[in-house]
Amino acid sequence: MSATSASITFSRRNFLRTSSLASGGLLIGFNLFTACKSDVKPPIDLAELNYKDFNAFIKIAKNGAVTIFSPNPEIGQGVKTAMPMIIAEELDVAWDKVLVEQGVLDTENYTRQVAGGSQSIRFSWDALRQTGATAKQMLVNAAAAKWGVDASELSVSEGVITNAAGKTLGYGDVVDAAAKLEIPENVVLKEPKDYKIIGTDQVNVDIDKIITGKPLFGLDYKVDGMVYAAVLRPPAFGQELESYDATEAKTMPGVIDVIKIGEKAKALLGKEEINWTAQLSPSEKVVVIAKTTWDAFKAKKAIKAQWKDTSTLESTEYQDKKLNDLLDGKEFTTLREDGDVNKAFAQADNVLERTYESPFLPHNCMEPMNFFAHVTDKKIHLVGPIQTPEDAANTVAELLGRDVKDIHLEMTRQGGGFGRRLYGDFVYEAAEIADAIRKPVKMVSSREDDMTTGVYRPAIKYRIKAAIKGGKLTGYQLKEAAINGNMYGLIPNFFPAGAVENYRVDVANYESNITTGAWRAPYTNFLAYAEQSFFDEIAEAMDMDKVQLRLDLLEKVKGTTDERIQYNPERLQAVLKMAVDKSGWGKAPEGTYQGVVAYYCHNSHVAEVADVQIENGMPVVKKVTCVVDCGIVINPLGAKNQIVGGVIDGVGHAMYGQFGFKDGVPSSNNYDTYRLIRMNEAPVVDAYMIQNELSPTGLGEPALPPAGGAVANALRAATGKRIYKQPFMEDLDFWRVEEKEIIG
Amino acid sequence: MPKYNLNVNGKPRSIEASADTPLLWILRDHLDMVGTKFGCGIAQCGACTVHIDGNAARSCSLPVASAEGKEITTIEGLSEDGSHPVQMAWKEVDVPQCGYCQAGQIMTASAFLAQNKNPSEAEIKNVMHGNICRCAAYNRIQKAVEIAAGNME
Repeated sequence: MSATSASITFSRRNFLRTSSLASGGLLIGFNLFTACKSDVKPPIDLAELNYKDFNAFIKIAKNGAVTIFSPNPEIGQGVKTAMPMIIAEELDVAWDKVLVEQGVLDTENYTRQVAGGSQSIRFSWDALRQTGATAKQMLVNAAAAKWGVDASELSVSEGVITNAAGKTLGYGDVVDAAAKLEIPENVVLKEPKDYKIIGTDQVNVDIDKIITGKPLFGLDYKVDGMVYAAVLRPPAFGQELESYDATEAKTMPGVIDVIKIGEKAKALLGKEEINWTAQLSPSEKVVVIAKTTWDAFKAKKAIKAQWKDTSTLESTEYQDKKLNDLLDGKEFTTLREDGDVNKAFAQADNVLERTYESPFLPHNCMEPMNFFAHVTDKKIHLVGPIQTPEDAANTVAELLGRDVKDIHLEMTRQGGGFGRRLYGDFVYEAAEIADAIRKPVKMVSSREDDMTTGVYRPAIKYRIKAAIKGGKLTGYQLKEAAINGNMYGLIPNFFPAGAVENYRVDVANYESNITTGAWRAPYTNFLAYAEQSFFDEIAEAMDMDKVQLRLDLLEKVKGTTDERIQYNPERLQAVLKMAVDKSGWGKAPEGTYQGVVAYYCHNSHVAEVADVQIENGMPVVKKVTCVVDCGIVINPLGAKNQIVGGVIDGVGHAMYGQFGFKDGVPSSNNYDTYRLIRMNEAPVVDAYMIQNELSPTGLGEPALPPAGGAVANALRAATGKRIYKQPFMEDLDFWRVEEKEIIG
Repeated sequence: MPKYNLNVNGKPRSIEASADTPLLWILRDHLDMVGTKFGCGIAQCGACTVHIDGNAARSCSLPVASAEGKEITTIEGLSEDGSHPVQMAWKEVDVPQCGYCQAGQIMTASAFLAQNKNPSEAEIKNVMHGNICRCAAYNRIQKAVEIAAGNME
């Protein structure tokens, strides 16, 4: 857990390489993932590579200008600002003079340029620091050689090297000499107390472009001669294209052609080499190619298509029954088992059992799915918003029967991700269209396309059972019924695993034809609410304080030798205690009702307290206090944005997110029938971060899962009612409380 | 196809398009001004907000035919260099996460503040609630509007 120790050693030659630039200056390439995963062998001899083969770079020009290329996709999580900040810190340059550019995908040598799982900073922390520090040492060594002194006599500040006599050299003055030096083996990393950039508030590097409307996003990308494509997909899950008539569409203004795609994607279905991120449709699709987006959208509506039913047309009631049957059945996979829960239940004084239900959820990125593709015999040019660029390139290569080396993929800034852009269906569509028409083309989904052909967070149900004996929690069993998959990785070992002697996690799922996948904080985004509102019921049954119950449970985990348990009870207790303190827990003014949650996911520890008041007879979430321990915070300004946004996102979807199916057709297709939280409903979020010197952990997701639980617990405090189903506000009458007379 | 003469950010622009083409797509696809964003196409999310004669309007639902003869201002024309008080406040507060909806948010806020330089919290929420921010940067949007209000000329 120690984190900032400079003793972590990499073989620098394995992940760093320097190059003199033809124009003068130095380029340092580094391979994050070789550096981070010592057990991974580089795919080829890195010594044979030149600078273009590395997935991120520092470029120092002769005039001293520093450019840092950020390798990971930027989806609003702030890595394009935070990752270069870490390099700049150790490189010792002035942050406001650093230019940041988005790196492109290099499919030849690297295996992971991904935005997902809140892991960008956590995985790159050591490598980014080493890279910056190594570059700095080389520049210092070059200055030392020039002056004929020992490098240890020199000091550096903001890109200026100073010797004992007070003379100075800028990085630009020595960069050519530095480029010819050996890469030093033993660089010293800064102590956190010496940080000048890490831990300071820095504005998003793209801010000027965002506020002035410069082209940034996939939808903004454009080349000469580019045409637009709109794709007509099956209206229901379980249907495929039978036939279509595009006679009228072809005569409409701006329409260039109407074609059919899908055969190629269909041919890949079930192939083993296709990655999990490949969402391939079994149906063929009709595509309008037009001069403008509007022409394409309009003509798409004029296509007369016949669809045939090929598998079950699922409705919400059908899914509900399937999930209930799973929970009531006996076919489970046990993911964790401690002691004997059945014995604990048999011997208990009191057994509590509750079932929690959630709907499907679409991601609703504000930038609808889209991608640019241009396919020629020589190369395939792909540009757009994708969280998994390497998987997308590999699948496109398979799809078109091409060498992946033919593919050049550029990532744009992405108008939200939330997990949706982990799946590359829209990239394959663009590629298949571009392959057919051999023109540069942008596939653009309308909002209706985006919402009704999603890769949804599946509906899920949890049944949780607790045994209480002699005033103690003696047994805990969690059953999960899900669709197309179950909780993964270490989730079955999250809190309260390890805190209850008899403990068991059982999971089951059924296969549906509705495409499902990761949605910001997969599984925990709903599990946290289920478990944390169940904890409150346990506390009530045991007549215990709700905070104390959690503190006591965590106490039992201290000193555990179970390596599967990666949450730290001390850190979780600490965030909980701070949230209690900052929220005024237990001291809320009259008319304010609070709910508390302590949760761990994505390697971070979070506690939240929600404040609910009754306004016009209805409970309203007024404030959420959120305390996060995510280790060292690189950019507090950006970090707070993630926390505040994550909390409000969590509150919004728990309160309002409602999505289902009727005969395979999604229940909503746009924002007039799908409710997203808006400013007038957003609580004030007070965000706090624990100050420590531990390695950074995740932040894009962890603040979201606890929010639903904190709100549910506060709603209970305010109204006396328990809610077991999301969205909470589905039935407003359930919550309506009679106005109490105000007594003066 | 019919021809339209538009006044966009103070400049005359002439385009050919079918009469029902929404102004949004005229700006983005015909005039290569992509700052105005496509979000929903049904005037529900506010990503496409522009000013028509100084008032905030949803360009995704405004046919080009009805935009003729009006003063159209887009995010690109709000200021030459990002120096409008609302843009400055957005930067000061560091509002964006993904940033996609922000042009629309800024256009809604700037039209509102031009007419109400001393808004209450309730008025700010009332006018801004038509703009969805999927990243939920609502606290910061509200703060930026408050700061900008104090700096409007």
